[in-house]
Amino acid sequence: MEDMIFYDRLQFAFTITFHYIFPQLTMGLSLIILFFKGSYLKSNKEIYNDAAKFFMKIFALNFTMGVVTGIPMEFQFGTNWAKFSELTGGIIGQTLAMEGTFSFFLESSFLALFIFGEKQMGQKLHFLTGFFVFLGSWASGYFILATNAWMQHPVGYEILNNGKFVLTHFSELFSNPWLIPAFLHNQMASLVTSSFVVASIGAFYLLIKKNKTHGKLFLKTGVIFGLVSCLLVAFPTGDLNAKNVAKYQPAAFAAMEGIFETEHAGAEIVLIGQPNMVEKKLDNKIAVPNVLSFLTYQDWDRQIIGMDHFKKEELPDNIPALYYSYHIMVGLGTIFIAIMGIAALLLYFKKIYSYKPILWAILLALPFPFIANLTGWYVAELGRQPYLVYGLLKTAQGISPTVSSGNTLFTLLGFVALYMLLGLLFLVLIGKTIYQGPQSKTH
Amino acid sequence: METVWFIIIALVLTVFFILDGYDFGTGIIHLFFAKKEKDKEVISKAAGLFWDSNEVWLVAAGGLLFMAFPTLYASVFSGFYLPLIIILWLIIFRALGLELRGQFNHTLWKTIWDRAFGVSSLLLTLFFGIALGNVARGVNLGGIENSVAAYEAHYFFLPLWNSSFSPLSETPGVIDWFTLVIGLIAVITLSIHGANWIVLKTNASINQPLKNISFQLNIALGVFTVFSISIWHLITPHPLENYLKNPLFLIFPILYFTGFTGQFFVKKFKKETSAFYCSSLMIFGGITSTLATMFPVLLPSTNTVNDNLTIYNTATSTYGMSVAIPWIIIGIILMIAYFLIQKKINNGKIDDREYGH
Ligand code: HDD
Ligand code: HEM
Ligand code: HEM
Repeated sequence: MEDMIFYDRLQFAFTITFHYIFPQLTMGLSLIILFFKGSYLKSNKEIYNDAAKFFMKIFALNFTMGVVTGIPMEFQFGTNWAKFSELTGGIIGQTLAMEGTFSFFLESSFLALFIFGEKQMGQKLHFLTGFFVFLGSWASGYFILATNAWMQHPVGYEILNNGKFVLTHFSELFSNPWLIPAFLHNQMASLVTSSFVVASIGAFYLLIKKNKTHGKLFLKTGVIFGLVSCLLVAFPTGDLNAKNVAKYQPAAFAAMEGIFETEHAGAEIVLIGQPNMVEKKLDNKIAVPNVLSFLTYQDWDRQIIGMDHFKKEELPDNIPALYYSYHIMVGLGTIFIAIMGIAALLLYFKKIYSYKPILWAILLALPFPFIANLTGWYVAELGRQPYLVYGLLKTAQGISPTVSSGNTLFTLLGFVALYMLLGLLFLVLIGKTIYQGPQSKTH
Repeated sequence: METVWFIIIALVLTVFFILDGYDFGTGIIHLFFAKKEKDKEVISKAAGLFWDSNEVWLVAAGGLLFMAFPTLYASVFSGFYLPLIIILWLIIFRALGLELRGQFNHTLWKTIWDRAFGVSSLLLTLFFGIALGNVARGVNLGGIENSVAAYEAHYFFLPLWNSSFSPLSETPGVIDWFTLVIGLIAVITLSIHGANWIVLKTNASINQPLKNISFQLNIALGVFTVFSISIWHLITPHPLENYLKNPLFLIFPILYFTGFTGQFFVKKFKKETSAFYCSSLMIFGGITSTLATMFPVLLPSTNTVNDNLTIYNTATSTYGMSVAIPWIIIGIILMIAYFLIQKKINNGKIDDREYGH
């Protein structure tokens, strides 16, 4: 039983982590592509159209990966979490089915048109199809987050005698107080990733002295989008999320902030420190007094509940992972603001294109937004533990009663092997596309 | 309400099999009959341009099933765990084959991905057919063995096969001689369908021979269909009694038969679309006829202890099903609209379309 849960969770964690590498880029990139296409319509400068088409190639590769890794996600609810599906399908099935019917159709139909139909359609329609691709991918994120928000903070439901959750208020699924902050934060975070990708491809071209005019445009666009989204990801959206966690999941909040003991007169904010689960304290801690109380409640002296307040069964089961994930996300967020802030200043004074340190910094920063996004999700998902549906259904109660751990291990290994192959091929193809550059006319 | 959702989901699923069916079939034809490089290229293009927008119908069907019949979704997806995961891997592999072949211009590279595309199309079709066979045959609900139940009454787990390969054993496997026959029928049907699609969308040099091939395949299909219905009697006492109760259901076999007969005129048709419509009709009729024999059962139980899973004992609340009606209507209108727009843009032969990067 125990190892069954373990393998199910491991498999879900592995496959969703791999899946989410791709949509985070597609969602943000679709907006930036739309910007390029719109600029082309306005200014009629060929360079903008080149940029739109170039990033569409990257988008398309990414999208394919998103699709092939996404289908296993949907299947897994049934295959690995059958009991959970049986009990809650009537509710989260609504949002997942809406995602399938509305957003995936929109996105995949118009993506094909955007890529292959420019000549047949003319520029205005081409822009419009780009807009629909954007709409589809953001709607996808919206419905998925509505699903997840319900698991984090269930609303509009009733539990029948046989344990089944049934829907009582459809509209509450969408007015869930957890949803809008989470959605906005998630979308801004995906825009951070895409801005870094665009900017670092630009930086790369400038560094290797190829496609320099395009490189400059990419860098500039990436930095502007990057600065805005980095700021928005921290404030107000990150802050709003933190307040929600404090309000609805106090145990998770205590764990991610590393508060072992309830502090009565104002909680300190921990910048660095390692959770010591044996002695229940933080080792080597650097902290600023009272700031956490202020950030959470706008009150320097407000009490924040610590982990000592909760029974062991109510606390997340992997507190160090939760704590570190949260601090990595926030720490990286701060670093991103610094990088993009400096880059924007250099851009303003027109020094950026020849200033190598910042070009290198942007290029080397490329993996980190991906890491921040994934660790952010670890915060959300580990913080929800030990529940699948917060406060109502334990993770252990959700697994498939008939699937043995041996089967799950077998399929997990299969997924690992297949995804390694996928990842490798993806990198080769992306590398090839970037190396060919935006001007190449070869197909 | 249950019936409405059953019809909606059955329709979405059937559309999936008709649409993705032609690109599965295209893969099978590609595997066995495409010899020249030019043919290989245009044939994979005839699938590559479309597979992605076709596969969303599967995603939609899955989501809708999850919402309307969560108990069925949970039971079937965990019970058919192994074949489903294999189907997932094949879907991924097939997509790789289609998307990668054009990326590098080297014979070895192309051959590898052509094979990936062809073989996974073939196996996927076989597995989908086997899945349909399993649903028709039923499973050991509750995992009863020597009258002891292993699971709750609506759960089961099937091994890939059991040692006797017999659908009549107390604990049948996914693959047995009955489901294998249904799997072969699926392969033949989709090969015909794929051949028609290739003839319709391309100027491949094998188009003329393909018409002969699909003519012969159609004969084989007739033989297999009759054979499968007769062996079905061995498994279920009266598989066709629903038709006696509801003569209206006979419309589905009639549609099947119309498509099937039409297919024999493949060489005479003036318009290439006609053959394709016939094979589409055949798939539509085939799937709906099977479902009609079972309705309102969704998954029969092979033991006498536990009840069949039906649309009634697996559905979610009436409220849940009714609030979803408005949005699914809008959704279906949009789906059809996208489909028509795409069809318009991709009209005609696709030999010279850009594909690959
Ligand atoms: C580029 C990525 C990125 C960056 C820089 C940040 N975040 Fe974040 N964060 C995410 C990416 C992310 C995410 C992956 O997108 C999450 C996971 C769930 C969600 O909706 O967004 C998330 C969730 C998330 C949560 C909710 C956890 C839960 O649901 O239990 C909180 C409290 C924060 N974030 C707070 C912050 C703060 C205060 C930041 C200040 C800099 C911050 N995040 C930067
Ligand atoms: C894309 C970002 C996401 C990431 C990186 C992510 C990550 C994870 C991780 C790491 C786990 C394992 C938790 C543990 O072992 O304690 C998990 C579990 C799970 N997640 Fe997510 N998740 C994401 C989004 C979602 C969404 C949107 C949903 C719902 C629609 C979801 C549903 C689940 C379920 C059902 C489990 C299994 C039960 C559990 O162990 O909690 N996840 N996820
Ligand atoms: C934060 C979490 C997630 C986000 C924001 C997200 C977003 C997206 C987006 C934008 C796509 C389109 C393809 C792409 O752009 O790469 C996609 C594909 C897909 N996702 Fe996710 N996803 C998430 C997690 C999940 C989960 C938990 C599931 C399981 C139900 C899932 C199922 C799918 C499926 C089935 C596809 C393929 C759809 C198609 O055929 O077009 N996703 N996802």
